[in-house]
Amino acid sequence: MWEMIVGELDHAMQELARGFAHLLPRVLAMLIIALLGWMIAYVFKVALRGILRVVKFDRLSDNAGTTELLNKLALPSSSQLLSTVVFWVVWLGFILLGVQVLGIVFLQEYISKFFLFLPRLFAALFIVFFGLVAASFFARAALLAAVNADSPSPRILATLIRTIIVLFTVTLAFEQLGVGERTILVAFAIAFGGLMLGLALAFGMGGSELARQFLERRFLKEKQEHRQDELSPL
Amino acid sequence: MSVGEVDLLVSVPTHNSAQTVGETVQRIRMGLLKYFPRERAVILNADAGSKDGTREVIAAAASNDLQRSANLYALRTLPCISTVYGDSPETNVALRTVLAAADLLHAKACAVVSPDSTSITPDWIERLLRPVYRENFDLVTPVYRRHKFDGLLLRNLIYPMTRALYAKRVREPYALEFAFSERFCGHLLENQIWDHESRGLAAEMRMTITAMAGGFRLYQTFLGTKPHVDRTGADLVAALRQTVGTLFWSLEANFQYWNATGVPESVPSCGAEYDLTTEPIRVNRKRLYQLFNSGVAELEPVLRSILSPQTLAEVQSIAKLAEDDFRYPHELWVRTAYEFASSYHRSVINRDHIIQALAPLYRGKVYTFLLENRDASGPEVEADVEDLCLTFERLKPYLLDVWNARE
Repeated sequence: MWEMIVGELDHAMQELARGFAHLLPRVLAMLIIALLGWMIAYVFKVALRGILRVVKFDRLSDNAGTTELLNKLALPSSSQLLSTVVFWVVWLGFILLGVQVLGIVFLQEYISKFFLFLPRLFAALFIVFFGLVAASFFARAALLAAVNADSPSPRILATLIRTIIVLFTVTLAFEQLGVGERTILVAFAIAFGGLMLGLALAFGMGGSELARQFLERRFLKEKQEHRQDELSPL
Repeated sequence: MSVGEVDLLVSVPTHNSAQTVGETVQRIRMGLLKYFPRERAVILNADAGSKDGTREVIAAAASNDLQRSANLYALRTLPCISTVYGDSPETNVALRTVLAAADLLHAKACAVVSPDSTSITPDWIERLLRPVYRENFDLVTPVYRRHKFDGLLLRNLIYPMTRALYAKRVREPYALEFAFSERFCGHLLENQIWDHESRGLAAEMRMTITAMAGGFRLYQTFLGTKPHVDRTGADLVAALRQTVGTLFWSLEANFQYWNATGVPESVPSCGAEYDLTTEPIRVNRKRLYQLFNSGVAELEPVLRSILSPQTLAEVQSIAKLAEDDFRYPHELWVRTAYEFASSYHRSVINRDHIIQALAPLYRGKVYTFLLENRDASGPEVEADVEDLCLTFERLKPYLLDVWNARE
């Protein structure tokens, strides 16, 4: 009896030792891959930061209003953030490769899903960045045009334009990520449609008098003022 | 063209100018026949696809018998050629057409006259062409008789800043009427100054700046009353884009030149250097004041990215002044203009947005100009402009500071 127990224990220990002996090189291989990945990711990060500095990415980000947004969220500058994101994505990729070497079957499925998800993630980030650039550009263009045309509430107009473009961008980005595609799309359509309908009703019904006055001032009185004003800049 | 080589070429760029161009062409013909009877001359109309019969009017004016009407006898034929360069008016293309024609015909002197110059007299042709044809000048720009409140963008920004940086006292850097030599024409064509980057900029002003920076011989000629031509409509922003945009744009290409220029020198001239009339005109000053105030308040985030914190603070502080106390001092205005030029160079935001953001501030400066010169005589207004010019010159090192600091 005792011999049987010792025999089983011995067998278990041998199995464990064999398991360790079988696993240890894989763990070592994983650690080497992770270490190598860290070094490659670091090189990527430094190189990307250099490239972004050369192409003055932070200035583009300033213009787009992204820097302001990041400051509000207490995040680092755009180039720093982007290079850090790239560092982590590359390193995480290598870590997952290492994990795959371990041969744990259920993890492999998730790892392959992660790699398939990466292009969509980058596409979504790309859409968000250029969406913010476009929102900032068009909002500023609208603000300047409204101020120079002496239109009422230029900032509200600019904010409205910025909001619409950002909403549209976020919808596109979520659609790209495949997160609640229909929900987001429907939510956007309802929000946008509601906004336009609300504005139309407010202007047409609630403010009919104001609308009349505005149009008169815009197209009749202002023209008279222009005619009266004989100043020529050139 | 079948006119062979010519000595003189007078060009009239047109677009739906049927109402005025007939008279203009007649005066040009009179001028050529009266002052250059022995020279081989041609009138060239570069038309932008007019649909109001402009070309027919020109053809009729060109065939009109001047011997009976003006007692002028031609020793040579005076051809008038019309060519269509496009279907929409583009000054760049029109001028390139004129230059190409002048080069092809080996014209020794070429003048450009606006079709809307209703105040043109035959003398204008002599005053424009003679310095080039007989005295070897390369570019002749006009001096006009103007109302003291006319051309305020030119007098409050374009002329003083161009003078301070390019060190030449050219009164009308953006001229409607001008003349140029064969040598200068060749230089312009060779250097292709109208490339794709310069779309939307004023070609006439680029010519003047090229002549100033290229060491060409400049001359100014007094023409008389400025024709009332609406080049950019009543749209201030369009005028800013064309003139201020051109000036700021030129600073990059000519940095080595203006960085080294000294005290501005006079340009040889014929006739009065300035002539200001002072008859009363209706001006809506209050609107300018309101547009300045609302512009400074609403554009604060945009101005913050263009102006230095100190300049912005000063602009915001004067915006708080009551209408009667409001003044935009020369020094603050010059610093504003220089910081805008530097920001344009650095492209801190979209360049067109920088130009647009200048409009409300310009209105503030114009309001000050109108207020301070309400009862001023011509020489007093001129003294004020001269004072502004000197401030631009004195603060030129400031532009170099902000230009280099922001490199």
